Amino acid sequence: MTVAFLQLTLGLYFIGVLLSLVYLLRRSEFLARVALAATCLGFVIHTVVLAVQVFSGEEVQWVTFHKALSFFSWALVVVFLLVVLLQRLYVLGAFILPIAFFSLVSTAILPSETPVLQPMFRAMWVHVTLSMLGAVGFAVAFVAGVMYLMQDRLLKSKQFNVLSFKLPPLDFLDMLNQRSMLLGFPFLTLGILTGAMSAQLTLGSYVSWNSEQIWALVTWVFYFVVLMGRVTVGWRAKKAAYLTIVGFAGVLLTFIGVVLKGNGAPIS
Amino acid sequence: MNIIVVGVSHKTAPVELRELLAVPDSRMGEALNRLMAHAGIREGMLLQTCNRVEVYAVADQVEQGFSAIQEFFVDTHFSVSAEQLLPRLYCHAEDRAITHLFRVASSLDSLVVGEPQILRQVKDSFQEALTHNATGVLLNKLVKKAISVAKRVRTETGIAENAVSVSYAAVELAKKVFSNLAARTVMLVGAGEMAKLAARHLVNHGVHEVLLTTRDPVRAADMAARFNGVSIPFEEFHANMHRADIVLCSTGASHYLIGHEDVERAVRARWNQPIFLIDVSVPRNIDPDVRQVDNAFLFDIDDLESHIEQNREERRLEATRAESIVKDEVAVILKWLQSLKATPTIIALRKQADALKQAELQKALSRLGTLTQQQQEAVEGLASGIVNKLLHGPLVALKSAAQSTNGLVYIEAARRFYDLGRSLSGQESANVQDVQDAEGEDALTDALAPEPTEDPEQKRISRQASGL
Repeated sequence: MTVAFLQLTLGLYFIGVLLSLVYLLRRSEFLARVALAATCLGFVIHTVVLAVQVFSGEEVQWVTFHKALSFFSWALVVVFLLVVLLQRLYVLGAFILPIAFFSLVSTAILPSETPVLQPMFRAMWVHVTLSMLGAVGFAVAFVAGVMYLMQDRLLKSKQFNVLSFKLPPLDFLDMLNQRSMLLGFPFLTLGILTGAMSAQLTLGSYVSWNSEQIWALVTWVFYFVVLMGRVTVGWRAKKAAYLTIVGFAGVLLTFIGVVLKGNGAPIS
Repeated sequence: MNIIVVGVSHKTAPVELRELLAVPDSRMGEALNRLMAHAGIREGMLLQTCNRVEVYAVADQVEQGFSAIQEFFVDTHFSVSAEQLLPRLYCHAEDRAITHLFRVASSLDSLVVGEPQILRQVKDSFQEALTHNATGVLLNKLVKKAISVAKRVRTETGIAENAVSVSYAAVELAKKVFSNLAARTVMLVGAGEMAKLAARHLVNHGVHEVLLTTRDPVRAADMAARFNGVSIPFEEFHANMHRADIVLCSTGASHYLIGHEDVERAVRARWNQPIFLIDVSVPRNIDPDVRQVDNAFLFDIDDLESHIEQNREERRLEATRAESIVKDEVAVILKWLQSLKATPTIIALRKQADALKQAELQKALSRLGTLTQQQQEAVEGLASGIVNKLLHGPLVALKSAAQSTNGLVYIEAARRFYDLGRSLSGQESANVQDVQDAEGEDALTDALAPEPTEDPEQKRISRQASGL
């Protein structure tokens, strides 16, 4: 049943993505509204699926990487809907929804073997949720960075087209970049700490130097430096945009590390 | 019943003539009364802006209506002569008049296509006409439709989206960098007219602080007073540049006043926050190399001009889309008008049938003598049933045929078959009551309902007007 619902969600998100991308280059508010409606509907179904999975199954079921990616996708849509609600910034959909869509698609593509979970650390879902919330923050920062660079390029090259009209002002994008990074960072920090604790409980040591852990730490250090740079030497605007794009690559590599390591089970 | 428009605009008459025709607001009521006093004018509305003076009217006869309004215009001002005015007037009727109204309201006929004031002016004129009882069912419907068409054009096309003046383009571009100008500081270097105009626009958009610098201290003090700004000695402006988010440069200097290093230093001092520079001086005062500096956005006069040209081009493209919206909406309203033409025939047919039924009933009842209540009802029911069933087909056919192109043929045929008297040319003017009968209460109240306005005074007038 949940599979059918997830497919329906995927279909609706796909419509949202497609129309948002067309909206980027067309002057039609109607497209944006249909995209929003499809996304909202998909979101409602997605929420129901997640709720069913969390509350009906066993706690540990939550902790497969599939579910985590599904949650990641869901949380990205939450951010999108919030920004649309507060700022009427439909154009964000063209950037953020593809990420949400593809992360949900990947749950269908990735090998789905039953995770081998150690019962000793039942609070594993805390680690997964926190890490994913961190990833959401960095994904939004990444999207803001990409939009910033596009707007910057359009302004520098004096191209005033539909795209430059739709993209928000530079200072807004810089602020979005900063705030989402500031929100993502504490979550990632807590995610890594809880991950290390679970490793200590299950494997007997805090760090086992697998690819997931290495990339998670590299990513953490990178974002730490970027945030410090912002506060101390003014790494903002264009530089911050570039850095968050690079940083998101670290997040993706950590995801890949998880997949390589555990056939879908994010056990540290 | 014909919809007509007669008027002058910036396209047909110079301002010297247009200003003579304009009626002061205080005498609008008198003017409308004078217009309505002409024979054959059923409804009227006077629209005047700085670019046009027009009368929209519903007239019994097109030609008669045209000459009535022409007469009205000639009478407006003693120094206006018919010889001088008549060649300048344009006269449109029916679909061309409706198209004209829709195009005017949508700002497609404006001097600056897409300018936003015209819609307000159309609403005000309509309100004025409503207040003086000059409009009726047709103009109410038409003007309301024109307003909704204009809104549709504004939301569905980009006709009014972009700036088309240099000084405003500066504001528009600044808004691509800074979302909220209220927290921003602008620095005005030099006292060129264009920069002052742009600064004025920025101040109107709520710029927080204005810094000024010119070589002439007297001028600086004068400008500081005008913009409520802070004057900075010319020698020190480089050192203060980092305080400004927007730098407007317009001096008579023949060399670059702001170089690559100056901007680089300012951006560093601003911790890489973007700085927006506009150079409207010729020769240029800001080194074009500044473009290479990250987080600095330099626009010179050519960039602004090309931005505006792009905007104009965009508006032209959008205008063609707007024209097709107008065309669609005119078709819709024409259909409605067409359907009105069947109304008098339908009403006449019903009345005739009712009269016949009553007459025949009286005859039959008097012949039958005393009948019980039940028997009388049965006879009456029989008559009503036959009449209604016989009429049903023709009425439905008339209603639907009226909206088609050959609707008039059906109407004429019905009139002849049922011997309904008056020929078509004389009976087209369905009065308010007829329309109400044909369309039900809602259609009329809807047509008469004025645009919602924020102004309580106008609301009061609207309420009075809707109580017509």
